Amino acid sequence: MKLKTLALAAVLAVGSGPALADLLFPSFSYRTGPYAPNGIPFADGYADYFTLLNERDGGINGVRAKVVECETAYNTEKGVECYESLKGDNPLVIQPLSTGITYQLIPKATADGIPVHSMGYGRTSSANGKVFEWVFNYPATYWDGASIAINHIMELEGGNLSGKSIALIYHNSAYGKEPIRTLEELGKKHGYKFTAIPVDHPGQEQKSQWLQIRRDRPDYVLMWGWGVMNSVAVQEAANIRFPMDHFIGIWWSGSENDVLPAATGANGYKALALANPGKEYPIYADLKKYVYDAGKAAGDGTHAGEVLYNRGMYAALLAAEAAKKAMEIHNTKDLTPAMMRDGMEALQITSALMTELGLPDFGPEFTVTCANHGGSGLGKVQQWDAEAKTWKVITDWIAADREVVDPLIAEDADAYAKEAGITPRDCN
Amino acid sequence: MLYREAGDFKTTYRADQQTFPIRSERYLFWAAMAVAFLVVPFFINSYWEKSVLVPLLIWSLVALGLNILTGYCGQVSLGTGGFMAVGAFACYKLMTSFPDMPIIFVVLASGGVTALVGTMFGLPSLRIKGFYLAVATLAAQFFLVWIFNKFPWFYNYSASGQITAPERTILGVAVTGPNAPSWATYLLCLSFVFVLAWVARNLTRGRIGRAWMAIRDMDIAAEIIGVEPLRTKLSAFAVSSFYIGTAGALFFSVYLGAAEVTEAFGIEKSFLALFMVIIGGLGSILGSFLGAAFLVLMPVALKNLFVGTLGWPTDVATHIQIMLIGGLIVFFLIVEPHGLAQLWRLTKEKLRLWPFPY
Repeated sequence: MKLKTLALAAVLAVGSGPALADLLFPSFSYRTGPYAPNGIPFADGYADYFTLLNERDGGINGVRAKVVECETAYNTEKGVECYESLKGDNPLVIQPLSTGITYQLIPKATADGIPVHSMGYGRTSSANGKVFEWVFNYPATYWDGASIAINHIMELEGGNLSGKSIALIYHNSAYGKEPIRTLEELGKKHGYKFTAIPVDHPGQEQKSQWLQIRRDRPDYVLMWGWGVMNSVAVQEAANIRFPMDHFIGIWWSGSENDVLPAATGANGYKALALANPGKEYPIYADLKKYVYDAGKAAGDGTHAGEVLYNRGMYAALLAAEAAKKAMEIHNTKDLTPAMMRDGMEALQITSALMTELGLPDFGPEFTVTCANHGGSGLGKVQQWDAEAKTWKVITDWIAADREVVDPLIAEDADAYAKEAGITPRDCN
Repeated sequence: MLYREAGDFKTTYRADQQTFPIRSERYLFWAAMAVAFLVVPFFINSYWEKSVLVPLLIWSLVALGLNILTGYCGQVSLGTGGFMAVGAFACYKLMTSFPDMPIIFVVLASGGVTALVGTMFGLPSLRIKGFYLAVATLAAQFFLVWIFNKFPWFYNYSASGQITAPERTILGVAVTGPNAPSWATYLLCLSFVFVLAWVARNLTRGRIGRAWMAIRDMDIAAEIIGVEPLRTKLSAFAVSSFYIGTAGALFFSVYLGAAEVTEAFGIEKSFLALFMVIIGGLGSILGSFLGAAFLVLMPVALKNLFVGTLGWPTDVATHIQIMLIGGLIVFFLIVEPHGLAQLWRLTKEKLRLWPFPY
């Protein structure tokens, strides 16, 4: 009996003929370890969006998408192992979901010709497409984020920051150190006093850092945190009665998991947003019909509508749109990583397109070009309402200070080009 | 039958004292070396290189280094990760400051720098022992990681604190950087491990090694028979740190290519190295290799079995893998407290008598 079914399956598999190869979208996830609270919703959102495309549309332009998960536990060595195990299978785009792993993979993926999309993380200067041909970080970068946060504070302070003090509490890693330079430059421009306070991995112990904040009483605290570090910081801030609306996290420090443990203490905490939170979008009706009710949801299916779930979905959406673009450019359905790269470089996200995809007013409009791999660099500010247990978006799109950010990107990209012996390509 | 010494006559003391006194064992060793040097490079691909063989070789070197200190000289150290970081950062600074320096020399010089640093942190061992020394070396671990984070000079003032290895070649073939072919990085690491393991084996059975073991077994007695604790303990720290530093330099430049000190050289690395030495067998060269193989290959093998072959969800597979490896460590330590090397020794004893045990 068993043999018969097996044989039948084999016949069916052969019988379905020389179908197009599935489009492989690896998901570097972390469902274990101290970063799991943030890794799980992202991975679920990423997988569910592709499941939706497969179930509802039969894939991307009729070619099914395949998501292969590889557990990295936010650890670089495991990330490298995942990359090596997947790179032979024609992966269209690598999304490492870790700045450390991104740094590791930039030279390798460039040599192997596989595009990397570090959405709102990774090496900021990879926004410079002339130097980083295979790396993308649209729709916004860390340095945009730093500048957006400062612009928001300026707005609150009536446009003048001189004499103010701003502290940054950061994950002591490549990720957390990214914004320091930008914040220092902005400090010179606007005249605020800047202090940087590191928190070591994994960030469960932050008493001394918050003691320092309590002693120095900075006017604003910014946070570049990830994993358990976020919730601990929010709790500690509440413990020292720091005014929560003066505490602003980057978009990686603003999910439900980060604020729920502090209960009402977290009320008023702010974070930047790459895209909107919540599930009041037409796409959720489709997700419910084709994915959740069909029992095909990834993970335990409890994270729908969370900030990071939405972000995972957004990452998948951008990848799927880039794949469509690539099919259009190369007029084929059999994509290679190199074609995918061209698609990503020609990606154009308009509000009409987002509406069509069931996510109206969800993310910013942006265009990726040969020279600009960083998108439009827009962000919103969201605030936590502990009573309603929801994030509320409180501003419109805020632009980064390009005057400060762009020269920094150019400088860092040049330094990389020199170090790695890359001649920037001509984009005209 | 398969493994015996009948007919294997020795006529000199030298022949009697060689590392592999039994002929079949000698043949086995040389055959394994021949395969490793002459066959594997032709079949290696980048997955086997980056996920299996290169990490295995580098971790073997680390375990070897720690085994010299802990297994042979009896000084417990929890500073391995920190010393690896010294090797890695020394390697990075040398590579970027002197672009023309040959990579082999850079790696050895990184080992030398680490030996100096290790000797410095070995000084407390003259006054404190056992657990207290473990705590002192733990301080070294945290101090070293902190220092590489604190002072931007170490990472050439890069914005992120990441260090990235530039491309370096040996005889025109890249061995670091993304364009290095798999066989080249593998052969480089294998050569380092082969030579250094050879040196370690001969160090530990000579005068210096016996002095280390005398200190390990009872330091006061050793002092009375004329072993100088200062020189012996510090030489153990120096040699051990040299090995660990060399491994750290290879770990950064050849294996990872880019590293960040907190993540790549954290306290977990110190524990991992210590587990390798304990599971492999304290005071055994072979044990260092077996311990490293157990802890490096097991997770990769289990991952491929659970996720690749059985198709389990990644989180379940990871959790089961963590439990299994923990369970296996406990199992091995109960069944054979002297480590995998002792298991191998027992197996050999049995094989010599097989098929007629008495």
